[in-house]
Amino acid sequence: MKDILEQLEARRAVARLGGGAQRIEAQHAKGKLTARERVEALLDEGSFEEYDMFVAHRCHDFGMAETTYPGDGVVTGWGTINGRQVYVFSQDFTVFGGSVSETVAAKICKIMDMAMRNGAPVIGLNDSGGARIQEGVGSLAAYGDVFQRNIEGSGVIPQISVIMGPCAGGAVYSPAMTDFIYMVKGSSYMFVTGPDVVKTVTNETVTAEELGGAKTHTSKSSVADAAFENDVETLAEVRRLVDFLPLSNRETPPQRPFFDSPERLEESLNSLIPDNPNQPYDMKELVTKVLDEGDFCEQQRDFARNIITGFGRIEGRTVGVVANQPMVLAGCLDIDSARKAARFVRFCDAFGIPLLTFVDVPGFLPGVAQEYAGIIKHGAKLLYAFGEATVPKVTVITRKAYGGAYVVMASKHLKGDVTYAWPTAEIAVMGAKGATEILYRSELADPDRIAARTKEYEDRFANPFVAAERGFIDEVIMPMSTRRRVARAFAALRGKRVETPWKKHDNLPL
Amino acid sequence: MFKKILIANRGEIACRVVKTARKMGIGTVAVYSDADRDALHVRMADEAVHIGPPPAAESYIAMDKVLAAIRDSGAEAVHPGYGFLSERAEFARALEETGVAFIGPPASAIDAMGDKITSKKLAAEAGVSTVPGHMGLIADADEAVKIAGEIGYPVMIKASAGGGGKGMRIAWNDAEAREGFQSSKNEAKASFGDDRIFIEKFVTQPRHIEIQVLGDRHGNVIHLGERECSIQRRNQKVIEEAPSPFLDAGTRAAMGAQAVALAKAVDYCSAGTVEFIVDGDRNFYFLEMNTRLQVEHPVTELVTGLDLVELMIRVAAGERLPLAQGDVTLDGWAIESRLYAEDPYRGFLPSIGRLTRYRPPQERGLAGTLDPATPEGALGGATVSADARSPVRVRNDTGVCEGGEISRYYDPMIAKLCTWGPDRDAAIAAMRDALDAFELEGIGHNLPFLAAVMDHPRFVEGRLTTAFIAEEFPDGFNGAAIAEADLRRLAHVAAAMRAAVDARAASVSGVLTNHERKLPKAYVATFGDARFDVALNGRGAPDGVDLGGWAPGARLARVTVDGAPMTLKVDQLTEGFRLRWRGADLAIAVRSPRLAELAALMPPREDGASAKQLLCPMPGLVVSIAVAVGDEVQEGQTLATVEAMKMENVLRAERKGKVRTIHAAPGASLAVDEVIMEFE
Repeated sequence: MKDILEQLEARRAVARLGGGAQRIEAQHAKGKLTARERVEALLDEGSFEEYDMFVAHRCHDFGMAETTYPGDGVVTGWGTINGRQVYVFSQDFTVFGGSVSETVAAKICKIMDMAMRNGAPVIGLNDSGGARIQEGVGSLAAYGDVFQRNIEGSGVIPQISVIMGPCAGGAVYSPAMTDFIYMVKGSSYMFVTGPDVVKTVTNETVTAEELGGAKTHTSKSSVADAAFENDVETLAEVRRLVDFLPLSNRETPPQRPFFDSPERLEESLNSLIPDNPNQPYDMKELVTKVLDEGDFCEQQRDFARNIITGFGRIEGRTVGVVANQPMVLAGCLDIDSARKAARFVRFCDAFGIPLLTFVDVPGFLPGVAQEYAGIIKHGAKLLYAFGEATVPKVTVITRKAYGGAYVVMASKHLKGDVTYAWPTAEIAVMGAKGATEILYRSELADPDRIAARTKEYEDRFANPFVAAERGFIDEVIMPMSTRRRVARAFAALRGKRVETPWKKHDNLPL
Repeated sequence: MFKKILIANRGEIACRVVKTARKMGIGTVAVYSDADRDALHVRMADEAVHIGPPPAAESYIAMDKVLAAIRDSGAEAVHPGYGFLSERAEFARALEETGVAFIGPPASAIDAMGDKITSKKLAAEAGVSTVPGHMGLIADADEAVKIAGEIGYPVMIKASAGGGGKGMRIAWNDAEAREGFQSSKNEAKASFGDDRIFIEKFVTQPRHIEIQVLGDRHGNVIHLGERECSIQRRNQKVIEEAPSPFLDAGTRAAMGAQAVALAKAVDYCSAGTVEFIVDGDRNFYFLEMNTRLQVEHPVTELVTGLDLVELMIRVAAGERLPLAQGDVTLDGWAIESRLYAEDPYRGFLPSIGRLTRYRPPQERGLAGTLDPATPEGALGGATVSADARSPVRVRNDTGVCEGGEISRYYDPMIAKLCTWGPDRDAAIAAMRDALDAFELEGIGHNLPFLAAVMDHPRFVEGRLTTAFIAEEFPDGFNGAAIAEADLRRLAHVAAAMRAAVDARAASVSGVLTNHERKLPKAYVATFGDARFDVALNGRGAPDGVDLGGWAPGARLARVTVDGAPMTLKVDQLTEGFRLRWRGADLAIAVRSPRLAELAALMPPREDGASAKQLLCPMPGLVVSIAVAVGDEVQEGQTLATVEAMKMENVLRAERKGKVRTIHAAPGASLAVDEVIMEFE
């Protein structure tokens, strides 16, 4: 009996070594942790429950039968993050370069199925050379199985991908369909075709880092949501993100004790809006001063910086924040910012996370490039996302809310639940100067008259009261009391229920 | 007494004067420029008059506008503060003509002291010691040696037209004097085209010590002891104290007597300051007299218990000084730190912008309120002194509040933080704590530098000279070194905070009951190469650390570690905390021992190699380029401003670097991703 028990330990010890001590050393030399070390860093200590430790591949071609590793190229199981359950798979680069075999995919699919049934997020730690070529089409089929589960799980459980090494070819499409992608700076890259193929086909010379590194995907392509210095930091950030998310669409977003009074007044917000309407200010100051403890977990920080998206808490409960950023492109809406915010809003709505929107938007970005690239349809995505969202929606207009962009930004007209405006708000079709130039084109030659007309328009429309008279604004509030008012609004919306007509699914303007 | 006074100034000094006036039951009128529309001094005063656009020349120094404001407001007297019109004799004269009292000296005294040569002459006549020297032209090297011998070595040989150290030599003997004369002359001729040379005594180990004088219109003049202002950076005072750690009673009395004699010589009848330079042997020499209230007057108020502004107003109204020289007592020690909007980590570059956070330490031990947040609060009696029971006093004179703006138009001083203690050590200790508790965000500021000076052994010993900063911080300021024992204490504090953060995080809803997170039994705190292992007790906290009510998210912590108090500024990071204490600014990672092991496998952080270019982030018009080729830029520094959609966008440096080339000029219209400048 003792021998049998010891045999288990011995088998486990072999499995834990993955591709062996030498490959582990090579992994460390690259500044990367091993698959199991990553799982340790991600989960609460001692909480990992591993499955399929002894699964081995079944390939006999190309001499593969002689080399098998227990567990094959992925570590799977579940554990907890701050006591809340998550499922995890962690590709093991030390085993066949983390390549995806039928058995690797089967292990991943197994825990994805469990996650769906049991209502817990899936976190995938990606570090893989791609399909296991020796297995041929079997490996491709295996990818397809994972893709299908990514799709079925979308909107049911949060799915998070962490790119911690190579992720190339078809393999990129699994992370692509998950909710969040975090990358490790310097050691991870993602692309559909690598630099060599690019060189052959288009004659462009580019490094892997330039083509698909963390900087590219966080600032140019928007494929990744955030990137961090190294494995340990990145996994700590994933823990932070998970702390904001509900476990599934059956659960409410998490709540936790908070040490920041919802009554807190911020007198300095009364002077946030500069006297000069063309001078920018930092919307993040407002965001952090309203949220609990100033804690804001920003997503897509380096992409389309004219809009801010991220998670925070009010009274210990998660909210999703969308805010125009006047510091960048005057905070206007363009293709990138509309896409970025639309995806974020839809995530929040899918998982019951209330939306807090701060508005200072001068309109849509004009230009040939924008029109040719389809700002009409891309802009509509954000409009659509806000309009279809049934979670509690609280909106604060700080300054400009002009034209169509005003309607888009979670306005009352898109079933905004509570809409506040600061006294500095200007809810109008456009800025006074532009409006006057259209309305009084015949007087353009006379600067004095135009100035008088502009003044007249400003007095009439450059304020929140015209909209308030119509009930488009529920209340004009003092900037300093924004946190208190927002907290009370969300408190009042805790019981919100909305019936939506049956549909198979929607058809948003993709 | 006056019914209403106008304060022809702005910022902290305007607020300071309003407080005293209000205490005396006098109405106040503020003046303000466009840039100060919402400033604290405007809000504090009973009335406010707009006097023009932001540049001081068109507002605060524009005499006609200030005079019009005085006329229109019906003020009976004017307090000029310091700077601006305070030392303009013509302003005092214009007031005399209109029958409005000037809360300051007569115009004749301003005139007399405003001119360097006249003031030195007057001082010498009044028996005040001046720096020995020969102001006349010197014919040749022989004469130079003779004069130098008369003055006594060391001497300074200076070019008349000199500046910036050019044409300046120090000679310690005849040979050096001969040689110095010739080389100064040559250099002066080459640099300035003017080879006139003069010689004066070179003051070794110079200290800046000044005497506060106070006179009335009945011929009485007293002095209120000295202030030492040797801690200066580029002739700008940074830290002042009263009394001086250097003077003995005899020197103090002698300097005081000379200062009073000079004041009497010019019929001085207000608060004024006679500045001296004092050498290592306590020889003192007259520098100049400032005919106004001095910036650093609060330290004198704290040790004398007098309200100088009140006394200025009373004597201006014709009252007699309520005390004689014999009634002046100096009690305890006071220190003033000037908080400037300049970034010590970036070569003290001036910094402007919005004060996103401004929380000065609580004022305490003061009888009258000096708290700008409660300008209408209770006010004390005739003096700004002192709750005798309080072992230390903290006073903060400021003209800003949270959300305010430090603008480029005016003085970069944010506040004057003063502490008082029964002795110098107590005052320094109180200052350290007050600086630690001062929360200031949004702009660069010199708080860490001030804290580093307070901890500097030479400052603590009082061995000061005007070259202190240049000598002790020759390469600028890169954060203060922290003793190992203090690092250990900070590591323990960080670990205790991490325990609190982890415990809260694990109290979230939705946990798997009975399978909750097992919190670590120990932490490892790391920063840079330092590593501290911190064991946790049964309550999950390190022994000996009391977080004093700190809870996750709080930005200021008053903790005790092994019984010793520490006041820290805290910013939460994902894996730890940024702690600011004294002159140090540390990002401390706190991890479980296992995670620390894994973290140790991570490669050292390196600066990203990319971003050698500044690209235009949007199609727009270049409004301005803020740097020049060859400039060393710091992370966050403004590089250029680009206008798009009629909005100005400020582009900042992502990291340190040196500007190699600039491709765009103001007025250029750029497409997106066009290169604006490149870095080396």
